[in-house]
This record gives sequence, C-alpha cells and structure tokens, in this order.
Amino acid sequence: MRHLLSTGDLTRDEAVLLLDTAEEMRSVAERPIKKLPTLRGRTVVNLFFEDSTRTRISFEAAAKRLSADVINFAAKGSSVSKGESLKDTALTLQAMGADAVVIRHGASGAPARLAAAGWIDSAILNAGDGSHEHPTQALLDAFTMRRHLAPGQHGLDGRRVAIVGDVLHSRVARSNALLLSTLGAEVTLVAPPTLMPYGVDSWPVETSYDLDPVLPKADAVMMLRVQRERMNAAYFPSAREYSRRYGLDGKRMAKLPEHAIVMHPGPMNRGMEITADVADSTRSVIVEQVTNGVAVRMAALYLLLSGARDAASENTSDTTEGQA
Amino acid sequence: MSAHTSDSTVVLDSGDISRALTRITHEIIEKNRGAAQVVVLGIPTRGVELGRRVAERMGEVAGHPVPYGSLDITMYRDDLRMKPARALEKTDIPVDLDDRVVVLVDDVLFSGRTIRAALDALNDLGRPRAVQLAVLVDRGHRELPIRADFVGKNLPTSLAEQVKVAVTGLDDRDEVRIVSAPKGAGA
Repeated sequence: MRHLLSTGDLTRDEAVLLLDTAEEMRSVAERPIKKLPTLRGRTVVNLFFEDSTRTRISFEAAAKRLSADVINFAAKGSSVSKGESLKDTALTLQAMGADAVVIRHGASGAPARLAAAGWIDSAILNAGDGSHEHPTQALLDAFTMRRHLAPGQHGLDGRRVAIVGDVLHSRVARSNALLLSTLGAEVTLVAPPTLMPYGVDSWPVETSYDLDPVLPKADAVMMLRVQRERMNAAYFPSAREYSRRYGLDGKRMAKLPEHAIVMHPGPMNRGMEITADVADSTRSVIVEQVTNGVAVRMAALYLLLSGARDAASENTSDTTEGQA
Repeated sequence: MSAHTSDSTVVLDSGDISRALTRITHEIIEKNRGAAQVVVLGIPTRGVELGRRVAERMGEVAGHPVPYGSLDITMYRDDLRMKPARALEKTDIPVDLDDRVVVLVDDVLFSGRTIRAALDALNDLGRPRAVQLAVLVDRGHRELPIRADFVGKNLPTSLAEQVKVAVTGLDDRDEVRIVSAPKGAGA
C-alpha cells in the first residue's frame, strides 16, 4: 500500500491487515498515556477543500496519537480562495516536506490526481472526494461491524448489510459496498429509484427500492444522510414522504433481528433518515463509530508511513532469528 | 534429536528447554523472594509462549496464579523507517503495572534493541517497581548496554549464524538450532 485512494484497490488481506492493526490501535485509547512514538518526525497535512468536522478531527487525533506533526490546511482563508490550483498547492506542500497528505475535495478523483501526477512524493489518503469514495469511513464501518457481528474473525463472511438512503450522492455507500463485499459480506442498497446511482448493476451488491422486506434479514443497517447540498433537482416529493418510506423509526427498528446494529456515518438529519429514538437507542453504534474512526485512521497512517518508502508492503517479521 | 541438515545444529532440545525454564522460574522466585508482585510479559511471538510457561510454573511453585500477558514492541522499534511496515502483534497487559515487578520474557537476546523498545513501551503503560529480563538464549553481540537477569543458555555465536527457536503452540516442536548459512538478508 502506497496510498489509500479507494477501497476497491484493497485486497482482502490488506483490508484485514488494516482492521487487525486498528484493533491494536484501539487499545491505545484505553491506556493512561494515549500516545505512541511511531511516527515521530513525520508530517501529516490535512488538506480540506470541503467542510468537515469529524473526519478532520479524527485524522488529526490519529496523527497526533502516533506523534506525527499535523498541519491543518482549510481551503477557506488560504490561497486557494485567491485562485491557487491544486497543483501549486501540492508543490507547496512538497516543498514543506509533507510525508502524508490527507485530502478532502469536492471533485471526484482529486486524490487520485494528486497521487498520480508526480507533483508530490507523499502518501495520499483520500478523506472523501465528491460523490466518489471515502475509504477510511468504510474501514471504520467494517471495523465496527466486525467487532459486533464477527468478533475474532478475519472478515465479515455471510453477514448481511443494508445501506439505506441517498446512495446516489454517497461516497460512503460506494466505499462500503466495495470493501464489505471484499470482506465477504452481502450488501443490499436500498434507495428510491431516483437516488440509485447509474450503473449500480455493475457493483457487487443487490438493490431494493423497498426498505421493509430487507430489515428482517439484516445484521447491520447503515442509514445515509440525505445530502441536500449536492442535490440540485427534486429527487423525492417531500421530506415527509422520504422519511415515511426510507426513514428508520422505532417501528421499523423492531423488525430487525435481535443482534442487528444501526449505523450512520454522520452528520445525522434527525427526523429525516433516522428518528431521534433510534439514533439514541442501545442498538445504535453511531458514537462508537466515531471512536473507531480514530483507531482505523491510526492504522492507515501507520501502515502507509512507518515503513521504508521503497520497500514492498509485505512484512517479513521473522522473530525466530532473534533479531532485535 | 540431531541436526536436520549439514549446516544446522540443535543446541537445545525439548528436555533442555524445559529444564532451563524450570530453573529460570526458580531464579525469578528466589530473586524476588516469592512471586507475589511479579507480572510476566512475553514479547511476541515466541516470547509470549515462553512467558506463559514460566508464569504457570511460578504459579505451581508459589501456590498462587502469576499474571502473564504480552507486550508488542513494534511501534517502539528504532528501525521502523528502514523496513516495510510491519503487522502489529497483541499487547495484553493483565494487571495494573504500577509498583509491580515486570519480568520481560523473550526467546533470543541479541543486539538488545528489542529490549530497549520494550522498556520504552513499558514507560507508556505504567511505572513498575522493577523490570527484569529473562531470555531462553543469549547469543551475544550486544549493541546497547542491556543484559539479562535470567538466561536459559549462553550461546556464543558468529554474526553469520542464525539462532532459530521453535516452541510448541507456534511450531511443531520445542527446539533451539544454530543455522550457519544465512538465507537471503542474513543476520
């Protein structure tokens, strides 16, 4: 692994390695000293062209727990608002010696461009690009599911996950669909026809326009935020009709199996795609998702940054040789 | 058991390893006047299994269970930037380490860098009253001022040789071998 751009690039072994590493990173949060010296002297730049609270703070906390130096760069109030291009921004960061760039951008493919263009040597971590992908969110969702639904196992084989709502605009849905199927889970996307992406038949998922028949079989239900800021047309008649057909309320939650968990990547529109009583119920793991996000991002930063730059990603830990 | 190939010699067989661990167990109890405050932490991967055996023997001798766990030192290594990213091993600290006596257990003591990393890792986990080191094999060639308190066998080696430790639970037998022709990267 050189960059983390898409969950579609991850093999099953790489995905499991990330989750296993995150498991160890999570235990650091329970220690009296929540810090590791692992990335001392490395610089991580948070390059955020779009607004974000939890992803940026989560990456910042992850980098700081690994002792990396963090530079936060928000497009507002920077030279980007004076018209600086992505290329010039990248060259500036390269000149400052960034070892990793965490990028969120409104344009799909911006992180891939940064990784491939040769402007910058750093490892690139995609923190959300347009409606394309959000790999660390999918990893933290998979991590949370594995802790609850498949403890002690490598993958999520045979677990059923329903992803419900605005799939069309959701980078979280795409990253999750790819990652969860790599890990062996069966994913069903549930959305009104207008919010189902074009070409979804080529995704490794099933689809449904109807939420109720999916619920009794689901081990996990992931509710997506209705992304009004990306909508410039009428995708459904009214908010009330949307939440009646696709919102998760207490009555629908009762149809879920006993062990099923309710997830949401945040930020939530309470009362729209999820009611407050569901969001605050014991089934909901929404707060835990945030905690796990830091661990997963620590794992990603560790695996991308700790090793030698030119070495292959495979580890050969042969401790029997007694090498110290 | 004898040598498997012409350039590999068995230096400890399963009986030797068992006797060495029993002796180390008694030495730890003697040095600490009992096992009441002792916590055994093995360093992955082979050290964890050896630590478990030492702790269980101490429990039998002392008459009360001795807590044991594992301490992964990967994220404290000084050569992280020189090798590919490594997978992490389990860290499992069974009790609060403050004011305890921590006995670190590893299979081979070589440069001493693993133990330096382990001491750094312990620093972030608590403040033990004392830290002691038990190793199955001390092969020399220290690069840091570190020594073991309890040694199963002192094994003079050349840098061209490798010491291979096998323990049941992780391998198919208990055995320590010296291999004289290093494959690939070398020692």
